[in-house]
Amino acid sequence: MPRRNDIKRILIVGSGPIIIGQACEFDYSGTQACKALRADGYEVVLINSNPATIMTDPELADRTYIEPLTVEFAAEVIRRERPQALLSTVGGQTGLNLSVALAEAGVLDKYNVELIGAKIGSIKKAEDRLLFKDAMQKIGLELPESLLVNNVDDGLGFAQRIGYPMILRPSFTLGGTGGGIAYNSEDLYEILERGIELSPVHEVLIEESVLGWKEYELEVMRDQAGNAIIVCSIENFDPMGVHTGDSITIAPAQTLSDREYQMMRDAALACLREIGVDTGGSNVQFAINPADGRMVIVEMNPRVSRSSALASKATGFPIAKIAAKLAVGYRLDEIKNDITRKTPACFEPTLDYVVVKIPRWQFEKFPGAEPVLGTQMKSVGEVMAIGRTFKQALAKGLRSLETGRTEGSQKFDPALIKRRLITPNPERLGYIDFALRQGYTVDDIHGLTAIDKWFLTQMREVVDFERELAAESLNSVSPQLLRRAKREGVSDSALARLWNTGSLDVRAKRKQAGIAAVFNRVDTCAAEFESFTPYLYSSYESESEADPSDRKKVMILGSGPNRIGQGIEFDYCCCHASFALQEFGVESIMVNCNPETVSTDYDTSDRLYFEPLTLEEVLNVYDTEKPDGVIVQFGGQTPLNLSLPLKRAGVPIIGTDPDHIDLAEDRKLFGQLLDELQIPSPPNGTATNVEEACEVARRLGYPVLVRPSYVLGGRAMVIAYDEETVRRYMHEAIGFSQERPVLVDRFLEDATEVDVDALSDGTDVLIAGIMEHVEEAGIHSGDSSCVLPSNTLAADVLATIEDYTAKLARALHVIGLMNVQYAVKAGVVYVLEVNPRASRTVPYVSKATGIALPKAAVALMLGRKLRDIGELTGGKHSGVLPVSHFFVKSPVFPFNKFPGVDPALGPEMRSTGEVMGVGANFGEAFGKAQLSAGTPLPDSGSIFISVSDSDKPAAVEAAKRFAELGFQLTATRGTAAVIQAAGLKCKTVFKVNEGRPNAVDLMKGGSVHLVIYTPTSGATSFSDERAIRRTAVTWRVPILTTLSGARAAAEAVASRRRDPIRVWSLQEIHAGATR
Amino acid sequence: MNKAVLALEDGTVFEGSSFGAPTDRHGEVVFNTSLTGYQEIFTDPSYAGQIVVLTNPQIGNYGANAFDNEARRAYIEGLVVREFSPIASNWRSEQEADQFLAASGIPIAAEIDTRALVRHLRSRGVMRGVLSAAGSDPATLVQRARETPSMIGLELATRVSTKNTYEWTRGIDGGSPSEINGEPVEPCCHVVAYDFGIKHNILRRLVHTGCRVTVVPATTTAKDVLDLKPDGVFLSNGPGDPEPLERQAAEVRKLIGKKPVFGICLGHQLLGLALGAKTYKLKFGHRGANHPVLNQLTNKIEITSHNHGFAVDPDSLNQNEVEITHVNLNDNTLEGFRHRNYPVFCVQYHPEAAPGPHDSRYLFDDFFRLMNEAKGAR
Repeated sequence: MPRRNDIKRILIVGSGPIIIGQACEFDYSGTQACKALRADGYEVVLINSNPATIMTDPELADRTYIEPLTVEFAAEVIRRERPQALLSTVGGQTGLNLSVALAEAGVLDKYNVELIGAKIGSIKKAEDRLLFKDAMQKIGLELPESLLVNNVDDGLGFAQRIGYPMILRPSFTLGGTGGGIAYNSEDLYEILERGIELSPVHEVLIEESVLGWKEYELEVMRDQAGNAIIVCSIENFDPMGVHTGDSITIAPAQTLSDREYQMMRDAALACLREIGVDTGGSNVQFAINPADGRMVIVEMNPRVSRSSALASKATGFPIAKIAAKLAVGYRLDEIKNDITRKTPACFEPTLDYVVVKIPRWQFEKFPGAEPVLGTQMKSVGEVMAIGRTFKQALAKGLRSLETGRTEGSQKFDPALIKRRLITPNPERLGYIDFALRQGYTVDDIHGLTAIDKWFLTQMREVVDFERELAAESLNSVSPQLLRRAKREGVSDSALARLWNTGSLDVRAKRKQAGIAAVFNRVDTCAAEFESFTPYLYSSYESESEADPSDRKKVMILGSGPNRIGQGIEFDYCCCHASFALQEFGVESIMVNCNPETVSTDYDTSDRLYFEPLTLEEVLNVYDTEKPDGVIVQFGGQTPLNLSLPLKRAGVPIIGTDPDHIDLAEDRKLFGQLLDELQIPSPPNGTATNVEEACEVARRLGYPVLVRPSYVLGGRAMVIAYDEETVRRYMHEAIGFSQERPVLVDRFLEDATEVDVDALSDGTDVLIAGIMEHVEEAGIHSGDSSCVLPSNTLAADVLATIEDYTAKLARALHVIGLMNVQYAVKAGVVYVLEVNPRASRTVPYVSKATGIALPKAAVALMLGRKLRDIGELTGGKHSGVLPVSHFFVKSPVFPFNKFPGVDPALGPEMRSTGEVMGVGANFGEAFGKAQLSAGTPLPDSGSIFISVSDSDKPAAVEAAKRFAELGFQLTATRGTAAVIQAAGLKCKTVFKVNEGRPNAVDLMKGGSVHLVIYTPTSGATSFSDERAIRRTAVTWRVPILTTLSGARAAAEAVASRRRDPIRVWSLQEIHAGATR
Repeated sequence: MNKAVLALEDGTVFEGSSFGAPTDRHGEVVFNTSLTGYQEIFTDPSYAGQIVVLTNPQIGNYGANAFDNEARRAYIEGLVVREFSPIASNWRSEQEADQFLAASGIPIAAEIDTRALVRHLRSRGVMRGVLSAAGSDPATLVQRARETPSMIGLELATRVSTKNTYEWTRGIDGGSPSEINGEPVEPCCHVVAYDFGIKHNILRRLVHTGCRVTVVPATTTAKDVLDLKPDGVFLSNGPGDPEPLERQAAEVRKLIGKKPVFGICLGHQLLGLALGAKTYKLKFGHRGANHPVLNQLTNKIEITSHNHGFAVDPDSLNQNEVEITHVNLNDNTLEGFRHRNYPVFCVQYHPEAAPGPHDSRYLFDDFFRLMNEAKGAR
């Protein structure tokens, strides 16, 4: 079946903001789909609310809509664009859900749009537990036994039949609240009773436990003719009980014999056929009882998934791209394998290396959340590593994680070993290693964790081998042993630690002995056919397949695993840098280790090195490629941390000099610079011990902002209103030292925060965007909504900002991108921070202005001047880029995944993703952004207001606006008094500790539709505040914690009343802007 | 850890560490890209005379067991891997894989850069080699590699074949309780299977499909076969060059038109030779479990298990007499044909899998159907 010619225009639905469980792997899949379909001559219309994605670049689709992923907005896009088909399978669960909703709302029928990829019936069959169970039973596949009960007796009866332990999941509770594992009838009674009570429908699903079973996934593809292949098998290191997104996983499966593997393969194919997935990729998960090989099917996803992204990177088989082609009618054998060029895509990739994926968690950002892993995913990112053996891959994976701790410096408590092994948690892998060193046997650990002994034995071998190495020294070690160490994946820094020397000394020693990393290719076929794609990983084998060219070339260092504060925005920048280099005729070389990203697609850059971003590994690539330059300013903090050591090692860094980047981070030097430039900044100081910190704080006056140097995303930052907080912070703070002191700043209350992105060639400075934050200073810039163009700042303030930005860029000799954060208070502009690198807002500003900032920045780094690259900057080389609409960026938070955590915003960044709203006015843009962020503002109803004394005057203003819009007002006593005094009708309600019914009761009862709640000055959060904020998150009541936010919300509601549902494609916006 | 050396006839030497039997063995060095099924590969008699390189770098992980054998002993001459597992971890494992090979006297070279070796064989073609775990000197080993008989013209099938006729009655057993095999069919057809190095899973599948199986030596004449009153004749896989098997080809010729005939691998090549076609040696063969084969009758693609170093030249087939049914999509080599007038068909690849995907099991049903049709017509 060849290409379908009856379809001309295809709508692709993206996955929206990055959230836990749905991250930039769907940017990878959407981007591949857009590229594949356009390359085939289809017109692509894209809708996605996430501006940080590559797929929402105006060049990737014919029409790009950054609009809310709701039925009404998607329907408007469909009405305008009239696509013939909708590809539903590349936008994650969000894309799939929206596609189903559009079908069910009749929109697809009305406009005659065909669902391609997966049909409604198949989606339902795969997603509905009961339908899925029936379907699987029909083809003879087992599921874990389960029963839905609404009383304790039925549960006990079922338990008698099935046996313990059993898994309990109350229906429709958020974040799996109230669920648990019952090991005996007592547990069952207790959990079941509570679960029935907590479930809004008073129902609990009881399931046979397959805890401790081996967990596997198969990635399957099928074409319209029914041909099906397995792209990759994945084995989980962590047995059943840990969400696969939170499991360490290995490809290919390691502990299955052919007999078992083929049984699973048969089952996966049968499942796909029964569910009726006509075309595309699916993921099928299985559990196998390690005692007797009994297999149950756990779930299947009839779409491209996180695992598909991993499988694509692990095998070199581009699942999303092929899925898109299959969706428009191609057969698997009609598509060529890009890597071998000669053989078709209809085959099953085979690997001659081992791939390990390790998740990255950030529980430390959510105090109050218990750091345990279970059936709900908690990780915010992941790394993948490729090695010739499992040991090598695991070691590389651990190095890729960038936990901030140096290898071996982690502290383990012997008393905690058993507890840390039994209950899965982010530190379990470290504790396994520690337990082995403490003399635990593989059998002991297997008994506590149920992790397969094969994996544990591999880890034990590493421990044994390190003992052997520890008996040597840098001088005594033989070349043979040194080579063996490298082949086993031991890093230079680990050897240096064992031998009490420097890692560069180890490097020098081994290079002297002729032991250097070589690079092998990921080629889908274990070298059976020639590979034409330089997709490489390092090893210490006998020959290198890197085959570097002698072209002019530049290496880009990526941003590593996603984490809060450093995510997809930086991948966007890196990819664009790569595209730009290629356009300028320079070979692009990408180094990164994040399998979710577009940057790690083998066709994004000319050459791809899938490697940890450590000094050792980056230098290995450098030695092989000898690039003309290395770009460090696009990958966030990860490459920046490497920039000085790389420079010292003689690596040519292009763009802003690492020493100048460093200068901006050095408090003292930077303070001197600001003095010279006569640019005000909040009074500040640095401290390296508790007393010093208190002294500085006293000198500056409270409140103060305290934070460590060199971090991204405001990690471990607090606003202290008193000395006690400063002391507590200094005691708990993550490491500070003479080189890395703690920074103490006077905190400017009620200031307006402003973010500026600018391009500079060292002489001219072009300001790309002056973004005004909706929330006041003090909320981390990544966590606050901001608007382009500025909504309230006066012309002279804007002029000052422009002037300061240009001065700073010149003073720091910025070549490329720079970001400055300002606070404006009483008309005075203060500099808070300067980052001479790409910032988180670069993609957002690029989409708003229509100017691809990373591309222009690359041109500057290659030595061109702003005056010469007018074609890239809309003809401007100074001043501020214009925007034609209002663009609001809003953050998205993961609080629903962390029950018990206080969702108050502060100086520590906690959002995982962002959305953008586009409007003809600020209110419209803000309203859309809130809708996209999953906190839609109500059109009408009742508002609950409770604010601190200092906010009361402004609260009256906000109350008035909402009252005018027809909302009823309810407030706590003090706030109600001032509102009533202003002549407005307002009901009074108790605070949580005043009596009942109180504000929380009203929220739970559904009689509050919007909350305006500002924290009381004094920072310590009272139980009342916590309860209100937590209830708002749990019951999905939108909550505004600042009055500026409340004012913005009022404007949004007004717009919603006034303005029609309307959408703009980026292409039309940008065409308008240049006109 | 003792040293193991693999020396190739072109002088290339790879060094690693030794597992399995501490001995020297010579043979043709070939590679297999299957991710699973090393035990089936060890015990496949088609690997007689060959030192096997596995591209999966982690071998031995799941041990060995009594049910995954494809013959009564291991047939490979030697094994070359990147890393050999120190333990066996699987509920079916009864023995560690290196003990399993040691018991058959087979040496293992581990810690070898198998990727470099495969790239070498891919570009130069498979070649003769010696695997030494006995500490012999590399230069001597290279010399011995050069003295090893070439696979071209080498007849190995009669060497590995059974010497006696026997009945095979065992079907599918020893798998997971979740394995879906369907009920075995009561034996109602009698198959005489030529053993040129037959894999047990072919026999198991024939039994499962409803056949009573009599296995006969490679030297059995057509007359003796027909005297056994079979409903169908099966021609098995096997090692070596098919061309020296002239006598066998002549006997097969006599069976065409008399009984339904089904051939796999060497059996397919023999049918080709019997029908006047030529065979030739492939540069580095097909050995793996991921080869796409197009069934031209159904236009469906099967992912198939391969193990052959020789192939039938499709241009030498009389296409008036036979019809090409299966083609390899990787390199367009011939993978199967059938006779236009008689119930005779064959495939180059391995529908019995073991190891490999089950996509082509239908061929056993086809054979069963042909036998029943032939019986009905009688």
